[in-house]
Amino acid sequence: MSTLSSKIAVDFDVEKIREDFPVLKQTVHGKPLVYLDSAATAQKPRVVIDAIRKFHEVDCANIHRGVHELSQRSTEAYEETRAKVKKFINSRSKNELIFVRGTTEGINLVTSSWGRRNVKEGDEIIISAMEHHSNIVPWQMLCEETGAKLRVIPMNDRGELILEEYAKLLGPRTKMVAVAHVSNALGTINPIKQMVEMAHEAGALTLIDGAQAAPHIKVDVQALDADFYTFSGHKVCGPTGIGILYGRSKLLNAMPPYQGGGDMIRTVTFEKTTYNDLPYKFEAGTPNIAGGIGLGAALDYLCRIGLDTIAAYEHELLVYGTEQLQQIPGLRLIGTARQKAAVLSFVIEGIHPHDIGTVLDRQGIAVRTGHHCAQPVMDWFNIPATTRASLAFYNTFAEIDALVAGIRKVKEIFS
Amino acid sequence: MVHDLYQEVILDHSKRPRNCHPMEDANHKAEGYNPLCGDKLKLFLKLEDDVVKDVSFVGSGCAISTASASLMTETLKGKRREEALKLLEQFHELLTTDTPVTQELGKLVVFCGVRDYPARVKCATLAWHTLKSALETEAGEPVVSTE
Repeated sequence: MSTLSSKIAVDFDVEKIREDFPVLKQTVHGKPLVYLDSAATAQKPRVVIDAIRKFHEVDCANIHRGVHELSQRSTEAYEETRAKVKKFINSRSKNELIFVRGTTEGINLVTSSWGRRNVKEGDEIIISAMEHHSNIVPWQMLCEETGAKLRVIPMNDRGELILEEYAKLLGPRTKMVAVAHVSNALGTINPIKQMVEMAHEAGALTLIDGAQAAPHIKVDVQALDADFYTFSGHKVCGPTGIGILYGRSKLLNAMPPYQGGGDMIRTVTFEKTTYNDLPYKFEAGTPNIAGGIGLGAALDYLCRIGLDTIAAYEHELLVYGTEQLQQIPGLRLIGTARQKAAVLSFVIEGIHPHDIGTVLDRQGIAVRTGHHCAQPVMDWFNIPATTRASLAFYNTFAEIDALVAGIRKVKEIFS
Repeated sequence: MVHDLYQEVILDHSKRPRNCHPMEDANHKAEGYNPLCGDKLKLFLKLEDDVVKDVSFVGSGCAISTASASLMTETLKGKRREEALKLLEQFHELLTTDTPVTQELGKLVVFCGVRDYPARVKCATLAWHTLKSALETEAGEPVVSTE
């Protein structure tokens, strides 16, 4: 084990943390589960599971406007999460936080509600070469609908965006720059503060896909000066089906509603309907109440540990994992940016990721193989797919050793 | 363990695929694509009087899809069109049901391990779906997808 790793590892009691996660106690195909797929979804600590169960067992009622006790309790628990998110990402106001299903819905809300009203033929939308399909396809759909043009910031061989090229793409017709804070396929951490500044100088707005950042880095939307920022609950150890879209109030107020229905209205007649204030204007229908409450418990859990502590420990895992994998002959890491989250995407000469993943699975090791909803990234590196091990604060150095042993076994079979 | 899937024969055919080359004078062609994992293959057939005189493929993909294509081409040579389509049905059954293994499949029985790896069934059947497409169209080059 690297000596660099021992410092933070000593202060961070990962075994105690792992006891909080019931899922980690199982065996898979007779071997202890080694879960290295947190970029796909993070595991849930018992406090999150309990909070959701408590809602269903004790406080279950629809939120908002109920005069009875249970409704007041459920409303309080649900709205408390909004306050927790405000602290988590440092938004100016709770009213700038919209509950959505996840990052994908957050982005679609913006393309649909902001995009249709503000983007015209000949306008330009800038995205990057490393985006997840959820931050490509909605913009493509918007461009097709409006006649706007999609421009793509290129990256270098390390998987870093080329800022000089980004500068060249920005112009008077640029309406929006939509970019990932952290790449799910490569792990690259993008210089968002700088990119937002450059966009604003050109008169463009910004939307940041924070799905892979929120679990691993302290996010401050005011410091970043982002216009929109979106992330998913299930990646920050919360349940699936819940996420957050942050938007500057000035922008959200000017945007038409996304979906119509109950809760997003003030008054309804067949002649005329008036809409509710922020954030409710964008929250039609009964939301994922249990999900919202679970998200709140997840954010509490992460904040108790501390995002800085999490980031530091995961960085140690990344350093160790990178060192170990680079020693395997025939293995090439894809995504070697200087600023990276704990994602290890790799290819092995002569062995297809699908085969790697299957053999690893039989050893209890869960990794993801394929294009990771980032087909353009695969095309860029001229590969069909990668095998991706994505680490979280409940992973251990021993698990990285298990991954390495697993890969050696793969090579044995296919040599 | 995983050796029930990656048996010797499969590993051999994935590393040294047989009949792996294009065919200039093929009278039936089709392309197959497995978008979930990126397996791609192009199949070439020479049918004369409804008998498979020659068959070959090119492509890139995982060990299962490559071995399956290779073993398929070996099995198909000399078979009649109806026999080929029957083999396709039997092969699909082998991979997706508990039916006992039949001798008619010959070497193809090595794939019976795929039953325990549902995520890999599409890899094993890609070549066969592509074959069906090639047999059922007279002209042109259809692209078959496993989705």
